[in-house]
This record gives sequence, structure tokens and C-alpha cells, in this order.
Amino acid sequence: MKSYETVIGLEVHVELATKTKIFCGCSTAFGAEPNTHTCPVCTGMPGSLPVLNKQVVEYAMAVGLAANCEITRYSKFDRKNYFYPDNPQNYQISQLYLPICRNGFVEIMDQDGNPKKVRIHEIHMEEDAGKLIHDEWDDCSYVDYNRSGVPLIEIVSEPDMRSADEVIRYLEKLRLIIQYLGASDCKLNEGSMRADVNLSVRESGTGTFGTRTEMKNLNSFKAIARAIENERERQIELLEEGKKVIQETRRWDDNKEYSYPMRSKEDAMDYRYFPEPDLVPMIISDEWIEKIRKNQPEFRDEKKKRYISDFEIPEYDADIITGTKHLADLFEATVKFGANPKKVSNYLMGETMRLLKSNDMEPEDITFSPENLARLIGLTDDNLINSSVAKEVFEKIFTDDINPVEYVEKNGLKQNNDEEGLRKMIQEVIENNPQSVSDYKNGKDKALGFLVGQTMKAAKGKANPGIINKILKELLG
Amino acid sequence: MDILDYTAVELAGRIKKKEVSVKDAVMAVLDRIDKTENELNCYVTIDRDGALMSAEEVQKKIDRGEFAGPLAGVPVAIKDNMCTDGMLTTCSSKILSNFVPAFSSQAVVNLKEAGAVIIGKTNMDEFAMGSTTETSYYGATKNPWNTDHVPGGSSGGSAAAVAANECYYALGSDTGGSIRQPAAYCGVVGMKPTYSTVSRYGLIAYGSSLDQIGPICKDVTDCATILEVISTYDPKDATSVKRQDTDFTSALIDDVKGMKIGVPKDYFGDGMDEEVKDAVLRAAEVLKSKGAVIEEFELSLVKYAIPAYYTIASAEASSNLERFDGIKYGYRTNEYEGLHQMYKKTRSEGFGPEVKRRIMLGSFVLSSGYYDAYYLKALKVKALIKKAFDEAFSKYDVILGPVAPGVAPKLGESLCDPIKMYLGDIDTISANLAGLPGISLPCGISKNGLPIGLQLMGDCFKEKNIIRAAYAYEQARGKFGREDR
Amino acid sequence: MANVISDETIEYVGILAKLELNDAEKEKAKQDMTSMLDYIDQLNELDTTDVEPMSHVFPVNNVFREDIVTNTDDRENILKNAPEQKNGMFNVPKTFS
Repeated sequence: MKSYETVIGLEVHVELATKTKIFCGCSTAFGAEPNTHTCPVCTGMPGSLPVLNKQVVEYAMAVGLAANCEITRYSKFDRKNYFYPDNPQNYQISQLYLPICRNGFVEIMDQDGNPKKVRIHEIHMEEDAGKLIHDEWDDCSYVDYNRSGVPLIEIVSEPDMRSADEVIRYLEKLRLIIQYLGASDCKLNEGSMRADVNLSVRESGTGTFGTRTEMKNLNSFKAIARAIENERERQIELLEEGKKVIQETRRWDDNKEYSYPMRSKEDAMDYRYFPEPDLVPMIISDEWIEKIRKNQPEFRDEKKKRYISDFEIPEYDADIITGTKHLADLFEATVKFGANPKKVSNYLMGETMRLLKSNDMEPEDITFSPENLARLIGLTDDNLINSSVAKEVFEKIFTDDINPVEYVEKNGLKQNNDEEGLRKMIQEVIENNPQSVSDYKNGKDKALGFLVGQTMKAAKGKANPGIINKILKELLG
Repeated sequence: MDILDYTAVELAGRIKKKEVSVKDAVMAVLDRIDKTENELNCYVTIDRDGALMSAEEVQKKIDRGEFAGPLAGVPVAIKDNMCTDGMLTTCSSKILSNFVPAFSSQAVVNLKEAGAVIIGKTNMDEFAMGSTTETSYYGATKNPWNTDHVPGGSSGGSAAAVAANECYYALGSDTGGSIRQPAAYCGVVGMKPTYSTVSRYGLIAYGSSLDQIGPICKDVTDCATILEVISTYDPKDATSVKRQDTDFTSALIDDVKGMKIGVPKDYFGDGMDEEVKDAVLRAAEVLKSKGAVIEEFELSLVKYAIPAYYTIASAEASSNLERFDGIKYGYRTNEYEGLHQMYKKTRSEGFGPEVKRRIMLGSFVLSSGYYDAYYLKALKVKALIKKAFDEAFSKYDVILGPVAPGVAPKLGESLCDPIKMYLGDIDTISANLAGLPGISLPCGISKNGLPIGLQLMGDCFKEKNIIRAAYAYEQARGKFGREDR
Repeated sequence: MANVISDETIEYVGILAKLELNDAEKEKAKQDMTSMLDYIDQLNELDTTDVEPMSHVFPVNNVFREDIVTNTDDRENILKNAPEQKNGMFNVPKTFS
């Protein structure tokens, strides 16, 4: 078999974190009863007219600037016409001719660990569609327009990626930028970030591109990786059999791990774009761009440097913590509450990561407050709890965001720092374990640990391990 | 004098002085409707109960001084493409034959806040596509001057209702002449203001970049008064313009001395009815005798306005009418298999032939491979036409011409040949492409007893110029009505 | 007659516009569209090189709303004209099998 190269470009849709929809004053909040966040505009009632949400333009510009794009100084909306029930007007207001941002790039690491630019062709603004709910028993579907008109930006890359790994690195990078901007939470599983994969293959060394397909319905990084591998193989197989790849849109079924063409003959892919007559052009001034630029947050690289220099945390830790906006925010907020940065970092890197992993959660899913983590660190700093109690309390914080001060008080978990009391306990432990005492005296250091453990047990886990060690060594001479 | 012969402003004055009650006016209108509506078919919906109830409420508010404006208590008719909260709004189409909006268009809200009493919704060409009001799903409206003739269109129901005293004034909408032309054919006054002056919120769109709501009424004073009420900035319409100069009644001045009026030769070319030409030129003479400076000139590009207009309007319409799909409102076909057949059958059964014709044309000119050649080309020609008007208005305050090349044709004569029908729009269409205001007012009666219209066009945002010229002409012309035949 | 509208074109435009024409209507549509396009072709007599296409007549720009929730639940009104509805949703023929 010949050797093939995979060529991938991405169309990434991101739901913006505005309070209201792009063209009307309906809420974008998730989880409402069907059609309760709708109005004449976002349900396409006759006579209704769209009015553009300014925040959408500002988020789009902010993402564009962060992705090194040129901002289009004279930008307009166009109508994209196609019939589908989730699209109440049967046209989508989008941007084709004059998108808000163009010609950008983001930098990722390629397979060999070298920096690589993925070019961004354009970023445009558009409205999301409603949701179709399918009734298994009935011969019909139901439409809920709560999501109809939620603002989206579509980030269109050039075909610069060559593997699933690069695609995922690119998406992670985009997600991070957008999360840092606060422009979206970018959750793939909830659909606030969606990636359509344009993929073609060509014989290695060929200069021209092959025919591409567009893959939709990819709801996780894993699904994206599987779909890319599957589509790559499907196309190579076709070419090897002397057949042609058809340019089409395919839908990925991640359970069955295969894709199928989406459109029927009733869908001509001819969107008849034309300038939206109900909206006026946007003219973006230097001043406006400067204002957005000034308000850009500190992005990952700067943040990482600052963590290393100001907080003296290891580069590895700084890298992981800044790798998720939520972790970085949590870190900084906890430090602001007065906690020692290194200790905060240790909690995030150690216990937090362990619990995330064992609960199959992402850092975005963390719900505990920085205040409670800071309180916990305060308790250990003041020697009020020992480390094993701290671990137990942190688990409660992680799951229920409890106030550790109250929790320790209520459950009587305070550390026993009473030297006299402990001395008595230790004397008893020594008397009851002559074998271990003699082992220790014969140079078996392990035996000391056993004696510490026995003392801790007698103290119901609340003893100060430092004090136990000190007294034991003293008594055993 | 019959109460029905008052103009809107006169009636409001009598109501204010308690010489007439709001109920008297509403009853008079409803009585007239009982007598003539069967023959004329001006209305799709007549809201007798609503009008009588509203008459009482409005009367109370007038008595309490809450409604003190110049239209308080006056019965009005609304073209059936403007949404009215709780009242059937059909666009004279089967596809909306059961549609009851939950909100009112901003122009209607403004009228209600000024104390208007809505009598009902007037018949029109389906989705405002037509020049005769014959394409209505609810049957043609007849011209009150001669019921063998059309009232013009697409706001034919509104114009006929005003002419027949089935209301005191009406709202129409004008995409290519749909207010001005039926006003001319029915011998009443109609005005399309500058694009963006009256909010389009609640107006069911035909050609969004061309549509404007405006008054159809008995005289120029009513026209300026109504326009003043409906012209407000509306944040719900992104194309609405904040204007400071909407005190249109201040332009009701009988003085045109020194006003520069251009008469485009292009508007008096082939296919022009001699009677219409004479009447319009006589009107120019009248203004000249009052001190206006009249000059003939070459506007240029006039014949290109029609093809540019039909390309742009059809393209926008094809998109605007996509929302009528049998899912959210309106008609849905009874039997279908699957989604796409439901769409196709619903739309094919729900739309009439003229609407389908324009949707097909519009879809085609936007389709892949034709967009540049047709749609973009039309937008470029629109730019040239706008420029030609800019040049003309650098020389003239007002452009004077006919509203249509002839008087109202007979029923059934126009629909056979679409291009011939479209050619009838030649005198009105350019104002829509260039966004200009235009007023139509009666200037004569043909030998066969049908009214002839005079059109005055102004530069964008210069309604006052044409209101002033129209008012001065009207003063010289004197009263005009069917009794003058 | 410079323009020739084929059966395929009418069929295709029917798919775009979701209109189903019977044979007689198709013939009529072909004729109408041909004559309209011939008529529109007059525009080619005009030289529009370097002319900017004009979609809006006025230079009105930057009309925005602030990002503030102004609408409350209006489901009853939104659904009241629906040909078919169930559980607060619009009912449509199955879109997916």
C-alpha cells in the first residue's frame, strides 16, 4: 500500500457566554422548560426583526485578537438559506462575505514537539439552531427553540493539521484561549464547543489536496480522534480500490464507530447567501479594537511565567495549573485568601487530580470554593489538624464544598498537641510492644513507624505526628 | 354634511368639541361597510365588536383628556400585512389564513396610543406581491370609482376603503409603489416616507430593504398628521433611523415660491397615457403659477429600475417567505409523508401563483452560479440609480411626475402578462430602490371617470418638501372626490 | 431569448424553495422565468465596473442592543398558532430515523 498523508481543517463552533441571545433579549440559560426562553424573534414569527447583541461582537473580536486575527473594519451579516425545523426562519443569520475576523493563527506543538502554526481562515458570528427531540414511539419529532438564537462564533482553520493529535492540541489551545477570555465555557460534551472535521487524504509528497468530507456530531476529544482515524481509513480504502471520495457531509455515530452521509436529495447544498437586509453593517474603529485589546486577560504563557517567578512553584505544576482556566482561577483565588501558594499548588496537583481521575471528572467540573481550600490550608498551617485528617476533610470539601473549620469542630477532628497526654499513651504503647522496641533498638528503623502508628491509633488518628516522633525517640533513647 | 365626509383631522376636531362621538363615527363607518363592502371587498377582517368596544374606551380617554392628539377617536383600517395583537393577520394568503399574532406592529401601536379605533384589516395582493389586489386569497377588491376596475395594489383594500368611506384613513405598505399607486387609482392621498422612518417591526416582510409603511388618507393634512404619529425611532428595528424632523405638519404651508421642481422627461415616454400626461403637466403648471420653478430634465436609468427591483425584491422575498413552512403557525397541508413533502405541499397549496413565481425567481437569482450575474448586478444598478437621484436632488427640491402610466385597469386585464404588469410600476419603483419619500395625490379625472394621480418625490429625509408642494397644489386644486366626476 | 430554463433547473429551484409544481405549473414557470431573466438581462447594458453593490441605502452602522435579558416566558403565545404541538413543543414530521 502507498503511504498517505491526512490533511485536516476544522470548523469549530463556540457558544458565547452572553446573558442573552444574539438577536433578542431572551435568556441563554441552560435547562429551562422547552420554549420558555423564546420570543417572536427567535421563533421566526412573521414581522419580527433581529437586533444585534453588542457583547457578541466584543467576544468575537476578543477571540480574534487572541488568535492573532485581523479585525474586519467593515463587517456585515448574511443570510444562509436552508429548510430545517430547528431553524425557525429557515435561514440562519451568519457571516459569509465580510466575517468579523480573518487571517489569524494559533501555535501548537506538532508530533515532534516543535512549534507549529495552525492558520485561522476566519472567525464569524452566527445564531445557533433550536433542538429537535425525537420520539421513539411516535412518527414525529418535537422542536424546542430555547437554543435558537444563542450566539455562536465559528472558527474556521486552514487545512494545516496532519493528525488527530494535532487536531486535539489545536482544540485544547483554542479552548484555553476562549476560556481565559471568559467568552465561553467550551464544553464539548454539552455542545458549547463543537468541532466539524474537514478531512482529505493524499499520497505523501503530492502537492494538491484530495477531495474532502466534512464530519459532524463529534462530542468529545475521543470521538474526534476515533472519527479521524475511521474517516482516514475509509478514504484510503476507497482510493486503493480505485474509487473516488465524494465531497459530502457525514455524521459520526460514536457508539457504532462509523459515519454515514447526512443529506438527502431534498437538500441541495446551495445556501443562497445574501446580505441580511434587516441588520446594518458594523464599522470597527481603532479605538474599539484598542479597548478590547486592553481588556484582554493574562493568557497562559504569561500566567505560567508569573506563577514560577512570583509564587516559586515548579514549572511542571505551573504548566498543569494554567492548563485549565478553572484551575488557574482557583489557584489564584485561594492564594488571595492568604494560603501559601506552594501548598495550594500541592493540593491542586495531588489530591485534586487524584479525585478528578477517580471520579472521571474534568478540571472544569470542580465545584469547591477557593475559600474552603484556603481555610483547610490554614488549619494545617496552625497545626490544628494532622495530614491524614486534612486528607479526609479535603475529600469532603471536594465533594460537598464544606467549611473545614466547622467540619473539624463538629466532628472533633482537632489535632492532639497535648504532650503530657501523648507521653502517657506512648509509654503504654512501649510497654505493650516489647518486640518492636527491641527491633528498633537493634537498628530496625521500620519498627519506629509501627510504634507511631500504634500511638496514632490510640489517639484516634488525631495526634500530632511530629510530637509522637519526638517523644518516642526520647523514650527509646 | 355627512359625518363620513370629514377628513380624519376634521373628525378628531369634532370629537374633541363633542359635536360627534367616537361611537357615532364607528357606527357610521360600519353602516357604510354594510352597504358597500359586499361589492367592494376592501376588508379581510372587520372587527365590529372590537371597534365598538374600543370606541367606548377611547371616548373615555378623550373625555379625561388622556387622548388629546389630532387623530383621537378616528376609525382606521390596517393593511393585512401588519401584525395586530389578537386579530387575524393573513397577508391575504391561504398560508396565514388562521394566523393570530400575539403582538402589534409598532406603527399600529403608535396609532392606538394616539387614540385610533381599528375597524379591521384590509385586503391586499398576497404578501404585497401585485399591483391590482387581484392576487388575494380572499378575492379581488373593486375600485369604488368603477367596480369593473381594480383599485391598484398591493394596498388596494386600504385605498378603496378610504375612497369608499369604509374608514377615515388607512395604513398601507409600499415596496415598489404599493401605497402610491392604489392611492392614485382610487383618488386618495398616499405617501411612502423615507426608508427607515416608520418602524418595520410587525410588518410582515416582502422586500426588507424596500418595504415602508405609510398613510393612505383623504388629504395632505391627514397625510402629514398620520405620518407624524407613526414616525418614531424603534430600537426593535435595526434599520430604524433616529430623526429629529418628524414634525411633518409644520410643512403644511401654502407657499412654493422659489421651490425648484424637476420634471423628468423619462417619466413621460412610451406607453404613457395622454390623459395622465396632460393632467400631471397641468398640475406642474399650477405649481408654477404659485411661484415654483419648474424645469424638465433627464433623470436617466429609469427603465433599469424595474429589472433591478424585481431581482432584489424577489430575492429578499424568497428568503423572507421561507419561514412559512407549516410548523410554527399558519396553514399545514393535511396529508404528507415525511418532512420534505410536508414543506412542499404546505407551501405549494398555501401560496398563490404570483407569490410562487417570485419565490422561484428569487431563489434562482440567489442560487449558486447566478448570484453575481443577477443579484449583485442588481445591487450595483441600485447604486447607480441612487446616484442619479442624488444628482437630481442637488438641483431640485422636488421631482414631479405621474404615479402610473395610466389609470386603473379593468379587473382581470393585468395578471396575464407579468412583465406588462411589472412595467406599470415604472414610476414608483425607483423611490423604493433609492429609499426616497414619495406622495401620490389626485390631479384629475380621466374621460372614463377614473382618478389620475400626481407623484411628488423628495430627497431622503426631505418629506417636508413634498408635503409642502402637495399641500400647495391641493389648496389650488380644491376639493376632490367621486362627486366631481 | 438568451436564457433557457431547463426542466432540471425548475426541479432544482423547487427543491431550494420547497415548492412542488405540477406539470402545467412547471411549464408556466419555465416560460415566466425565461422571460423575466431575459428582461433582467437588460441590466447588462449598464457598465457597473467599479460600482460598489448597494444593499443598504443609508450609511447607518453599529446598531446594537445591550446584553440584558428583557424577555420572560411567553410560551403560550409562541405556541398558540402552531398547527400541532405537544408538551410545550412544536410537532414536526420525524426528522431522523
